[in-house]
Amino acid sequence: MTARKWDKVATTVLYLISIFIIFVLAFLLLYILISGLPHVSWHFITGRSSSFEAGGGIGVQLFNSIYLLVLAMIISVPLSLGAGIYLSEYAPKNWVTSLIRNAIEVLSSLPSVVVGLFGFLVFSINFKFGFSILSGALALTVFNLPLLTRKVEDSLQAIHYTQREAGYALGLSRWETVIHVVVPAALPGIITGMILGMGRIFGEAAALIYTAGQSSPPLDFSNWNPMYIASPLNPMRSAETLAVHIWKINSEGIIPDATQVSAASSAVLVLFVLLLNLAARYVGNRLYGRLTGVKERK
Amino acid sequence: MNNDEIRASLLKRSRASKNEIFGKVISGICITIIIGVVVSIFYFVASKGLATFFTDKVNLWKFLTGTVWNPSTNDAQGDPQVGALPMIVGSFSVTFLAAIVATPFAIGAAVFMTEISPKLGKRVLQPVIELLVGIPSVVYGFIGLSVVVPFVRRTFGGSGFGILSGTFVLFVMILPTVTSMTVDALNSVPRNYREASLALGATRWQTIYKVVLRASVSGIITAVVFGMSRAFGEALAVQMVIGNAMLLPGNLISPASTLTSVLTMGMGNSVMGSLSNNALWSLALLLLIMPLVFNILIRWIGKRGAMH
Repeated sequence: MTARKWDKVATTVLYLISIFIIFVLAFLLLYILISGLPHVSWHFITGRSSSFEAGGGIGVQLFNSIYLLVLAMIISVPLSLGAGIYLSEYAPKNWVTSLIRNAIEVLSSLPSVVVGLFGFLVFSINFKFGFSILSGALALTVFNLPLLTRKVEDSLQAIHYTQREAGYALGLSRWETVIHVVVPAALPGIITGMILGMGRIFGEAAALIYTAGQSSPPLDFSNWNPMYIASPLNPMRSAETLAVHIWKINSEGIIPDATQVSAASSAVLVLFVLLLNLAARYVGNRLYGRLTGVKERK
Repeated sequence: MNNDEIRASLLKRSRASKNEIFGKVISGICITIIIGVVVSIFYFVASKGLATFFTDKVNLWKFLTGTVWNPSTNDAQGDPQVGALPMIVGSFSVTFLAAIVATPFAIGAAVFMTEISPKLGKRVLQPVIELLVGIPSVVYGFIGLSVVVPFVRRTFGGSGFGILSGTFVLFVMILPTVTSMTVDALNSVPRNYREASLALGATRWQTIYKVVLRASVSGIITAVVFGMSRAFGEALAVQMVIGNAMLLPGNLISPASTLTSVLTMGMGNSVMGSLSNNALWSLALLLLIMPLVFNILIRWIGKRGAMH
């Protein structure tokens, strides 16, 4: 065969591989949505889950997922912002800084199950938080921090040095320049990273099995006092999230409609994550456009 | 202004410099907390995981090579039976097999995106890959359970649970990661390499195969190792399809287990401080060390690649 024929063959193969990958995604999404969406109803989304019989809902699990997401973001956003600012603006170029960067990279490469076990050992047992939303939120924070920090640092680094010089020239201190000039300019990137991090947290289960627990006690949605034991806001109650629910009913569930419930829960979970991904893209582009006046992002 | 006031205003910290110190302290505290978390993860998991060897006096070699996992009983020599080899073999088999299957697809897709059709790549494949990354791992596990396991059972016999099913699930899970890192590696090959090759009369495929891929080989290996590190640590999706039998896997379709699957199943059923619990923490320690090894490997490859 001539070189030209080989070129044709290779090009065809590469097209086939790409089509295969698109086909895999299409199959995954269609399978989840087609097998799951018919079971999604208002009753399913808001109803209580059942442990033995068919027809349970995911209301409590969905609420737990969102509540945990909010708590974890409340803790991890300020921390990662501060750490990202330190690494980008203050850190001297020496071995200590490179050690810190390595430590964060190692943290981001740890399996989430190890993060979950660490949370179980430290938050649930040593701090005596037990299986609770608080332990879960802290474990999710540990899981989320390295990526958010890196995202913040990268976004800040991408801001041109002249912007900082302009700030100094106006007599601002370095901190004021960071807060009033650099962070606003880097905001689109930071927010995109945060929303993508939210998607990751929302679908995470391995870090939560032994921190937020695998049971969902009945909640009293009429009492929102965080100190009340059955209050939805009580951070010390154990809370099974949607992702943990899918895992649990598949691996040890005894409910007869496990397949339907997990298909429908998966559909809800995937739709939520897709929505977050789209939101990240949209908000990032929109903010970028508004802050810089550039129509299309490079 | 008298002298004292001038003196005071010169010696006192200005508002801006106070502000500066405030900012430095705040951001310094944040980074210290993160470093504290990293250090305490290593400290706590290591102190628990090493207890098996120091408190319960289990032989490290026996732990790594023993094939029977039954911590509550003792073997003929009176030692507890904590052989982690079945899980270690399980973890490494799914990791390597998934990487072997995923690599050609990842390289193919990445070459398509950078060399064949950057436009289609950016418009179609890029979003597809981002969406694949976004699907949560339990959803992959559920699809594995309801699609891959029955498929393996029908095609290859057996129960359908096993290393083969785990490989399929992990293949899809690491494919996007490896692909996007390979794209970065291919993009970093200078444009004039390609132009020089095309100017010599090489076809596009010859240019890709003999120039672009060779020039980016260290980047591609880094991407694959990174994907393997992901696969090694993946817990729930694998646990749902692998069958969870703590036996040395005889073939690809018999139930097996991985380090992560044993941890997710077992940690809730053992008492803190007992030998069976400590042995599980030793498995967690192994899981903690492996990403470090992968990390060092990636760095070493990166350094070797940089020299050429």
